[in-house]
Amino acid sequence: MTDALLRVRDLRIGATIYPPGAKAQDIEIVHGVSFDLEKGKVLGLIGESGAGKSTIGLAALAYGRGSVRITDGEVCLNGRDILTLGSRGHRALRGAEVSYVSQSAAASFNPAKPILAQVIEAAVRHGRMSRRTAEARAIDLFRQLGLPEPDRIGDRYPHQVSGGQLQRCMTALALCPEPDLVVFDEPTTALDVTTQIDVLKAIKDAIAATGVAALYITHDLAVVAQVADEIMVLRGGQTVEHGATEQIINSPREDYTRALVSVRSIQHPAQPEPPAKVVEIEGICARYKGLHFDILSDINLALSPGRTLAVVGESGSGKSTLARVMTGLLPPREGRILFEGRALVPEQRARPREDLREIQMIYQMADVAMNPRQSVETIIGRPLEFYFNLRGAEKRRRTVELLDAIDLGAAYLDRYPAELSGGQKQRVCIARALAARPKVIICDEVTSALDPLVADGILKLLLDLQRVEGVAYMFITHDLATVRAIADTIAVMHRGRVVRYGPKSRVLSPPFDDYTDLLLGSVPEMRIGWLEEVIAQRKMESAGN
Amino acid sequence: MNGLVLRFVAQRVALSLLLLLLVSVLIFAGTQILPGDVAASILGQSATPEALANLREELGLNQPAWWRYLAWLGGLLQGDLGTSLTNGRDIGEAIGQRFSNTLFLAATAAIIAVPLAIFLGLVSVLYRERWPDKVISGISLASVSVPEFLIGYILMFWIGVQLGWAPSVAILNEGMGFWQKLHAISLPVAVLTLVVLAHMMRMTRAALLNVLQSPYIETAELKGLSQMSVIWRHAMPNAISPVVNVVMLNLAYLVVGVVVVEVVFVYPGMGQFLVDHVSKRDVPVVQACGLIFAAVYIGLNMVADIVSILANPRLRHPK
Amino acid sequence: MRRIPIPAIFGLVMTALFFSMAILAPLIAPYGVGEIVGDVWETPSRAHPLGTDNIGRDLLTRMIYGGQTTILVATLATAISFVTGACLGLFAAVIGGWVDQVLSRGVDLVMSIPTLIFALVVLSVMPVTLPVLILVMGLLDATRVYRLSRAVAVDIRVMDFVEAAVLRGEGRGWIIFREILPNALSPLVAEMGLRFIFMVLFVSTLSFLGLGVQPPAADWGGIVKENKDGIVYGIGAALWPAAAIAVLAISVNLVADWILGRTTSLRGGRG
Repeated sequence: MTDALLRVRDLRIGATIYPPGAKAQDIEIVHGVSFDLEKGKVLGLIGESGAGKSTIGLAALAYGRGSVRITDGEVCLNGRDILTLGSRGHRALRGAEVSYVSQSAAASFNPAKPILAQVIEAAVRHGRMSRRTAEARAIDLFRQLGLPEPDRIGDRYPHQVSGGQLQRCMTALALCPEPDLVVFDEPTTALDVTTQIDVLKAIKDAIAATGVAALYITHDLAVVAQVADEIMVLRGGQTVEHGATEQIINSPREDYTRALVSVRSIQHPAQPEPPAKVVEIEGICARYKGLHFDILSDINLALSPGRTLAVVGESGSGKSTLARVMTGLLPPREGRILFEGRALVPEQRARPREDLREIQMIYQMADVAMNPRQSVETIIGRPLEFYFNLRGAEKRRRTVELLDAIDLGAAYLDRYPAELSGGQKQRVCIARALAARPKVIICDEVTSALDPLVADGILKLLLDLQRVEGVAYMFITHDLATVRAIADTIAVMHRGRVVRYGPKSRVLSPPFDDYTDLLLGSVPEMRIGWLEEVIAQRKMESAGN
Repeated sequence: MNGLVLRFVAQRVALSLLLLLLVSVLIFAGTQILPGDVAASILGQSATPEALANLREELGLNQPAWWRYLAWLGGLLQGDLGTSLTNGRDIGEAIGQRFSNTLFLAATAAIIAVPLAIFLGLVSVLYRERWPDKVISGISLASVSVPEFLIGYILMFWIGVQLGWAPSVAILNEGMGFWQKLHAISLPVAVLTLVVLAHMMRMTRAALLNVLQSPYIETAELKGLSQMSVIWRHAMPNAISPVVNVVMLNLAYLVVGVVVVEVVFVYPGMGQFLVDHVSKRDVPVVQACGLIFAAVYIGLNMVADIVSILANPRLRHPK
Repeated sequence: MRRIPIPAIFGLVMTALFFSMAILAPLIAPYGVGEIVGDVWETPSRAHPLGTDNIGRDLLTRMIYGGQTTILVATLATAISFVTGACLGLFAAVIGGWVDQVLSRGVDLVMSIPTLIFALVVLSVMPVTLPVLILVMGLLDATRVYRLSRAVAVDIRVMDFVEAAVLRGEGRGWIIFREILPNALSPLVAEMGLRFIFMVLFVSTLSFLGLGVQPPAADWGGIVKENKDGIVYGIGAALWPAAAIAVLAISVNLVADWILGRTTSLRGGRG
């Protein structure tokens, strides 16, 4: 295999961890990974958090973050082992032969310098081209990546352009020195779904136009299926499966890959809506103190007992503000919220304890939603004590019951949040909400911080619990796949308004309004060629208009 | 400079002036309204009631407090710091020479300490967790743990007396040339430098490390830039404001340190003057000196904030 | 039981030694505190391990009693500073609104005057007695504790678990003492160590300037003041307190570091 641009053999990567209060420990996080990448090809590295995919990507630059270091194996680029180069050799390599695009462009650009200077820096410093040539190339790249005002955008500072634009600038930064290989590390993960599709397309086109090879790292198989020629599935620092994109997506061999491909395939037929409503939101307008415009304007929604209302929208759509109005943390400027037909007190502090009990909340980040100094028993037991005056053995019995309901069991009573995994934490939060025996639970992006398979487990649990307890969910999310999986009714929010509202079957079928169309069309689908289809279709539509 | 920056700077200056006014109230209140009786504490326990009454009258203590404050403030604004209780001299005159002596001492220490601290902070970041860093942080931990006056006596004992390299008492005369003066104050300057250096270096190191942990530094490293150029071109522009803050904060230590060091080395500056008059309970002098020290301190903080405003790209280049 | 690192053991042992010396001063001191037992500035001998001071008192005895005063004053002032500062800081963070504004701006104002200068101004009119000294030091320093505890509490206050407790309908007491305080404790305890050291330095400085502990009582700063004239003649009696203060400060620092490192783990493993 002499023609491989990048040849990785039996790569082993170690790190030093510092468990609190104990001695530093050396652990291995990548256990012998091998692959080849040919010129001009794109290899997708996919896996859940902790799979070692970013670490492997950075190894292509002979770089280890923090205490991470490459312990064994070889990484050959253009026929020579870059691990043996020494620091001078590494510097000559980085930013010249290989470059890197990080997840958060906003943090990765130096806030104190204009964008253009940063984009051309590597090319000029490595003497790969003159300043003038580099600037011309950068502007070409800006144009190619579809940035507005390509001639002038480089004079701006990072805080003056939007997140999606900055991510494209980061791609230009990586491509400017004409490298042979670019490592893309989750370049679209932090973006809204409608922005993601454009950036994804821009990156794909730029890769094709420059003929550069790429490692594309992501946790989202549907995304990588659009850009990669080959896919390598990683788990716990080991290769699970490696093959052509077509094979991985359409005929995965390993169980784990199959699970990743079929993730979010929960089938939940919408239930018929009972006539009675448990919560009705009537004409809510709300704004934060000091703002001169409404974050929410004229919201009218209803929630039926035992059903799920999904509120879907991108960042800034006002969906989380709606949750704050429901819980009374932000009293509305106009409108009211009815609970079983009677109006709730707008102010949380003035609500009677019974009303507080009936509406519970589950948060996005389970880590910070639980007091790290309380045991699971205290966390789940407190609502029992607080609302139902349960004490001693009775409280304990009920706590164990709840732990069984979330598939954890009595063994977890004495654990502290830091001793739980991400999924387990979210389960405990669910149990805490259930402990109050509420009629309504507000779920604020409860699965978006979790790996897809874990998220699936949480969604299944929520659906099971709904059948047993008859609780209604108001499910706030940006993720349409989640919505498809569990909603009965859907409200699409955009810039503080509900733009589409109704039963799932109706909301998700045409004719669509423009925004819902854009939103639905932007969710990556698990099939090859989806990206091109969508873009082509959009071009046709805009040509038709 | 654009309008936004100008507005922030103007706001900051206005805030400092307001703060200074409130501080004058506080200092006045601290000496006048607290339960201690100035007249009684001046005359001591053996004072006769008539003498007390006379002194109260003379000090204007029979007037309401707010009136006395306004009179004092009015005087201050016209450059009149009042007269000393103990010797009846004009305070402004007595302070003048001492103030410039103090300034001379503090400025010399600052000129040595600031570049040295930034340099050593940089060295310990460049060699972090290696021996230069460990030596530097060990020494600074030790000197933070010892009060200024003790460092003073240790140096005096060792360098001044045992080695005889520098005068152990810093006395300035009219006829001294600049270099002679500098030689005379070499020990107090060394003490001040040492005290300020330790704090300033630790905090510079922390501020720089904080900047170096930003993702954009990783971006620069992954561009293959050398370590010097990463620090110089990418870390420094963002480190200006935290480092200036550190420097100003520590120059404030200098304000306090100078008081003690002057006493140790019997240096004819404001600090020694203040301490003398606190023991003599000469309230007008204490007020005047206190206010001057506070004004310097507030001024330093203001400069730090203004530099942060000027260095902030979000304000310099608004959307 | 997790192993305690060696620097922390050293710190703990030394700190304990200093405190027991302070408590047991009358039992272990070889002579009386004001007792003149020899010549002026005698060199160390079997009878006087550290020599004698400027009027012929046993220096070791003076150091032991001096340590008692210094540690007592510093401990009490730290306690005042902590109770006032931490309570007000947590309170301001949880209540918010104008209460927080008034308290915070007031603290900003007091902190815009260097602590030593403010203390000198106040001590120029107050009678210098131990209670006054402790109170002035404690209250002035409370401003720093206030800032820290408010900042820590504000950070914790915006965490979702506090919001969850608020939504549950919990009262202010539960929020402060059960949700916020346990999480604010470790930075506060570490800060307590630093404040204690600062207090030791502060009271020593004041005594050295003649405005702290008044003779004939002994304290470390005062010992320096009494013996400073010896320095010029090459007599190092005034340097003993330097060693004592430095060792105490470093020991407490080591303990504080260890506590901070140990408790930030949020009980990751239990032990």
